[in-house]
Amino acid sequence: MGLLTVNKQGTHETYMSIEPEIRPAPPTGLDITLEFERPLARIEREIAELEAAQDEGKRDLSSDIRELRNTLESLTRRTYAKLTPWETVLVARHPRRPVLQDYLDGCVRDFCELHGDRCFGDDQAIITGFGRIGGQKVMLVGHDKGRTTKEKIARHFGCAHPEGYRKALHKMRLAEKFRLPVVCVIDTQGAFPGDKAEERGIAQAIAVNMMEMSRLRVPIVCVVIGEGGSGGALGIGVGDRLAMFEHSYYSVITPEGCAAILYKSAERANVAAKSLKLTAKDLKRLNIIDEILPEPMGGGHRNPSALFAVFERFVGDTLRELKRVRIDTLLKRRYERLRNLGSFFESPSARKAAGRSRTRSGNGSVASQANKGKASNGKKIDNPAQPRSSGSKTGEAATTR
Amino acid sequence: MAEEISTPAKDSETPPPAVTTESGSGRVDVPKGLWTQCPKCGATVYQKAVEEALHVCPECDYHHRIPARTRIKQLADDGTFEEFLADLTTTDPLKFEERLKYKERIRQAQQTTGESEAVVVGKAFIRGRPVILAVMDPFFIMASMGAVVGEKITAAIERAADENVPVVVVTASGGARMQEGMVSLVQMAKTSAAVARLDEAGGLYIVVMTDPTTAGVAASFASLGDIHLAEPGSMVGFAGPRVIENTIKAKLPAGFQSAEFMLEHGFIDRIVHRSSLRTEIARIIDYSGK
Repeated sequence: MGLLTVNKQGTHETYMSIEPEIRPAPPTGLDITLEFERPLARIEREIAELEAAQDEGKRDLSSDIRELRNTLESLTRRTYAKLTPWETVLVARHPRRPVLQDYLDGCVRDFCELHGDRCFGDDQAIITGFGRIGGQKVMLVGHDKGRTTKEKIARHFGCAHPEGYRKALHKMRLAEKFRLPVVCVIDTQGAFPGDKAEERGIAQAIAVNMMEMSRLRVPIVCVVIGEGGSGGALGIGVGDRLAMFEHSYYSVITPEGCAAILYKSAERANVAAKSLKLTAKDLKRLNIIDEILPEPMGGGHRNPSALFAVFERFVGDTLRELKRVRIDTLLKRRYERLRNLGSFFESPSARKAAGRSRTRSGNGSVASQANKGKASNGKKIDNPAQPRSSGSKTGEAATTR
Repeated sequence: MAEEISTPAKDSETPPPAVTTESGSGRVDVPKGLWTQCPKCGATVYQKAVEEALHVCPECDYHHRIPARTRIKQLADDGTFEEFLADLTTTDPLKFEERLKYKERIRQAQQTTGESEAVVVGKAFIRGRPVILAVMDPFFIMASMGAVVGEKITAAIERAADENVPVVVVTASGGARMQEGMVSLVQMAKTSAAVARLDEAGGLYIVVMTDPTTAGVAASFASLGDIHLAEPGSMVGFAGPRVIENTIKAKLPAGFQSAEFMLEHGFIDRIVHRSSLRTEIARIIDYSGK
């Protein structure tokens, strides 16, 4: 098992893009190799065998080992450079992919967990608490899928009930009171689809969180570390910045669910995954996320410490940047960002009106304005033609809140 | 999230018969004809009688799903509805393709409903009180929310905040529109942020939940009203019943995820019969001093 040597470059200072070493994650008993990873696993095994033979001191095999390592590296690079969307989903769900608790151990210092929603219970699918990331004191809120079977069951595999979202909101309000920025870590297949969740108002819990997060008076940074599952992800996913790790995904519905509805067969999940445009690259192109965080070669599970380093640096840098902005300005920008999300529509009448280079009253002008994605309050303030500036009204109300 | 809700009444796959909005005989989820069978009680009733009862079954009070225009006609004072953003359509950002191209699916929905998208928004008066009115059309791809629905709802709520008039949103939706992927999901955040802004401005926001109000719409603007009204028997919930049954490995009791169920669990203020909606809305507006 020669490849299991510890990364000599230390843990936190290593930025993955300059990280040359490929390490399989330590065996956890869940030694699952994904279909497309099999050729890699075969070479890894060969290297291990050669190294074992070498350790016995029979022959000098170092050149063979070196060669195999090179092959492994280039093959890994090639494999991961052309992952299909469905393969990306599989990597995001990899049983060895670090979960929030690994981040807590790996790059959150002095974590102080805070439990409970003060109302019903303590949903372990969402972990909340004070911590330090990249030198910043923060309130951390995130899904945790659990590492062991026992944990996974206790945490409902990261699928939260309403009390989880209410706990998150309670802690975010605490953060607002004490002026701590909020860091949201998203990793869930979705909110828990059970009868108890419905009874306790899962829809309302998610809705209220989104509404309150849109006006929380501290910076909010959201990072998808694995699975971004629909409303369950959005419930702690509204903020000033949204980043995704390279091999994570974010989708309106699981590819299996989509395939079951559209093609009446969950087996066509790979087709659905492609259609849904759920990869970080696609979502960056659609302007839905702000940043793609690079992963170590071969996926985060091969080198968790490199993954944590990227996370730590991103959160630290982003918070430093956001903290420099006055909170009212930040809130205005946050609204504008949300307001313009997914503005993929057109209005024939507005286009015609624009073509005649004069604005029509009523729907025409509004439509054309919205169509250019400019119907945000920030822009309206600058527009003297609009006497009742909603933007400034919000701003005033926000300062007195 | 965007699971299609199958009902005994109607499936979005089969287009409803053609409309004659002029005469007010909008599409209901039964074949057109003189007589119609109630999908709930099975009684054969005179179609005209159903229409005169605002598309409520005279025998069992079943509230039929109704198209947006019919709803507007029922709610707004005669001739007061002024629509805005009427012709917004999606640009199909994902170039989504299934059995049908998404654009083609939209075109079909437009043809069968006569609407450009799944929500109609505008200014209107209800019993003489000015409101911004947004009505979702359950016959337009199950009133699923894509970029256009998100934009129109957001614009309606913003306008209500700007003009300081109450906003009434009549919800009916199968959730986020799968064919727009994440573009549809983020509409949940966008509309919720707009509600926050209306709230800051002190505006009144009334939600009227109708059959079905589910998934991504239930988990965003439909659950953020100052006042939640619901029509009797409407389905209101987040996850699809089949998905829940699959999770808990048990059958759900009858009436699970109904408006009555949500009232019992504290998420709805009042269940209101369709014939009383106008009065109730007007009363709430008066009490709020808007």
